[in-house]
Amino acid sequence: MGPVSLLIARLYGPRGWMTLAAFALALFVVFPLCNLAIPEGNPLHLSAYWVSLVGKIMCYAIVALAMDLAWGYAGILSLGHGLFFALGGYAFGMYLMRQIGSDGQYKANMPDFMVFLDWKEFPWAWWNSDQFWWCALLVVLVPGLLAFVFGFFAFRSRIKGVYFSIITQALTYAAMLLFFRNATGFGGNNGFTDFKRILDIPVAIPSTRMALFAITAATLIGSLLLGRYIVTSKFGRILAAIRDAESRVMFCGYNPVHYKLAIWTFSAVLCGIAGALYVPQVGIINPSEMSPANSIEIAIWVAVGGRGTLVGAIVGAGLVNGAKSYFTQAFPEYWLYVLGLIFILVTLFMPKGVVGLWSQWKNRSA
Amino acid sequence: MEKPLGVETASERPSIDPAVDFARAIEHGKPDFAHGVILYLDDISVSFDGFQALNKLSLAIDVGELRCIIGPNGAGKTTMMDVITGKTRPDSGTVFFGQNIDLLKMTEPEVAHAGVGRKFQKPTIFEQHTVFENLELSMKADKRVRNTLFAKLNSEQRDRIAETLRQIRLEDAASRIAGLLSHGQKQWLEIGMLLMQEPKLLLLDEPVAGMSDDETERTAELFLALAGKRSLVVVEHDMAFVAKIARTVTVLHEGSVLAEGPMERVQNDPRVIEVYLGR
Ligand SMILES: Nc1ncnc2c1ncn2[C@@H]1O[C@H](COP(=O)(O)OP(=O)(O)O)[C@@H](O)[C@H]1O
Ligand SMILES: [Mg+2]
Repeated sequence: MGPVSLLIARLYGPRGWMTLAAFALALFVVFPLCNLAIPEGNPLHLSAYWVSLVGKIMCYAIVALAMDLAWGYAGILSLGHGLFFALGGYAFGMYLMRQIGSDGQYKANMPDFMVFLDWKEFPWAWWNSDQFWWCALLVVLVPGLLAFVFGFFAFRSRIKGVYFSIITQALTYAAMLLFFRNATGFGGNNGFTDFKRILDIPVAIPSTRMALFAITAATLIGSLLLGRYIVTSKFGRILAAIRDAESRVMFCGYNPVHYKLAIWTFSAVLCGIAGALYVPQVGIINPSEMSPANSIEIAIWVAVGGRGTLVGAIVGAGLVNGAKSYFTQAFPEYWLYVLGLIFILVTLFMPKGVVGLWSQWKNRSA
Repeated sequence: MEKPLGVETASERPSIDPAVDFARAIEHGKPDFAHGVILYLDDISVSFDGFQALNKLSLAIDVGELRCIIGPNGAGKTTMMDVITGKTRPDSGTVFFGQNIDLLKMTEPEVAHAGVGRKFQKPTIFEQHTVFENLELSMKADKRVRNTLFAKLNSEQRDRIAETLRQIRLEDAASRIAGLLSHGQKQWLEIGMLLMQEPKLLLLDEPVAGMSDDETERTAELFLALAGKRSLVVVEHDMAFVAKIARTVTVLHEGSVLAEGPMERVQNDPRVIEVYLGR
């Protein structure tokens, strides 16, 4: 076998690849066809609502995947991943705000909130933000650098377990308070919204939405395969070894700080990219994305789907968010109770999550 | 990459460069064993909240020696290994590997790179990995992140793993999850992991605890076969085992050396009898 076919076999077995191909077919062929080619009124037509819902859930799935790499494999439970997601969203949101040009309410060549605050020039953080490439770079750099610096000090000081989780909660909370302030320069509690264009193309038209959808789907599948590559490499086995017996890893001659830092930073970057894909599809980003509860929810997705499986993270993000979009419409005031209940039930009866249930069931019937 | 800024905790050393402690292990130089001594402990004291776990402990291990260390529970045997491997920082004293390498200046992974391997008192293996993967991960290799992302086993390395599997009698369990092994097998796997590391000095903390007589017997054979090629420090309670492998025995008591010499002499030393039997 050549190196490529070896790699393909290493990532997934034939059944796994078939399943993945089926999903790719649905996302890249069925969705565009049913949304764009089949006219409204036809029972096979997929409305914009579905495109944007599934697009949004795929962004969450990327975040869950990133979370699973850090938590499921390296044992680093972050309760602040919503921060990296939001930072990616804000970085790209700046570009979207600049693309509004002078089509805002005040017809000024500046975001409305700045005009409203009577600012005459852009704050320093907005430098070069009319350039797509620059903001795309920030999407990766800002969450990546923050995670690297934070992780460097935390891992080097051997902060672990629940202490680490609490500090990440505090971090995202502090960032939320910072972004709530108008003076911070990112639209205060309203954040960014009313986007008009992306790369000078109207953002709300069906073809742009479908393009964003397809890019998100490609990113999700790419992240899954890259994640599989990582966890099936020696590096991935060392991560899991750090999770299970860190001192043994050290006495084998590996420095766990470097390994944790690598996967932690990668995980944050993935969240940033997901955030950047999320904002144009959902049409808004505000500091509530940084609320501590949001980050806890990410951990719940992964727990529900099944830790340390990657696929479980995607399944969990899909199931919980599917349920959420149903409940928040049907019984909005009960959603948080339902979420809490799901979490308790999963912790008690499905320690390996939904994906684990599948293999339990297979073992029993075999 | 940058040198780290300030922020130091008590357990931290002067500097850890996040990029390369592999390179740093090289920079520390090759150990110099010209005087025939592989490990020097001099005047080591460690206290935990006022309790003196090690009290001016001095010890020297020769190249190729098999040294047994005995002593009642709480004598400080494990603490001594913690000091050598960088896990615990002593209040005073020095630890040298060969003539020239100051182990007290190094992190745990650096100590491992320098050539010190350690088996813990409680078997510490990667329970969720297979036996094969346990050996793969502990194998002597470039242990930087960059390398492990693209690492592939070559046939030579596979042969080494296969040979170690034979040595620790786990050939048939290569693809078993390590957590499912018996206690004795776990002990052996951990010894196998040490061997894969190719250390010059092996520190073994109660290696035959929980082993069957048969397993203990084979462990003794393995250690005797290793002595000479490598230096071994074996902490053990099992006197029959110690009698079988010991050349020089050191008795630790209340954090310092109580007696040292051949097994028969140490066994008949009245102070040793007092410590072991007189309480
Ligand atoms: N981290 C620690 N904190 C407090 N006391 C400790 C610690 N480690 C060891 N000790 C104490 O130091 C003494 C020596 O322990 P140890 O080295 O484990 O003994 P041994 O291995 O010879 O049985 C014991 O009394 C133990 O309780
Ligand atoms: Mg002990």
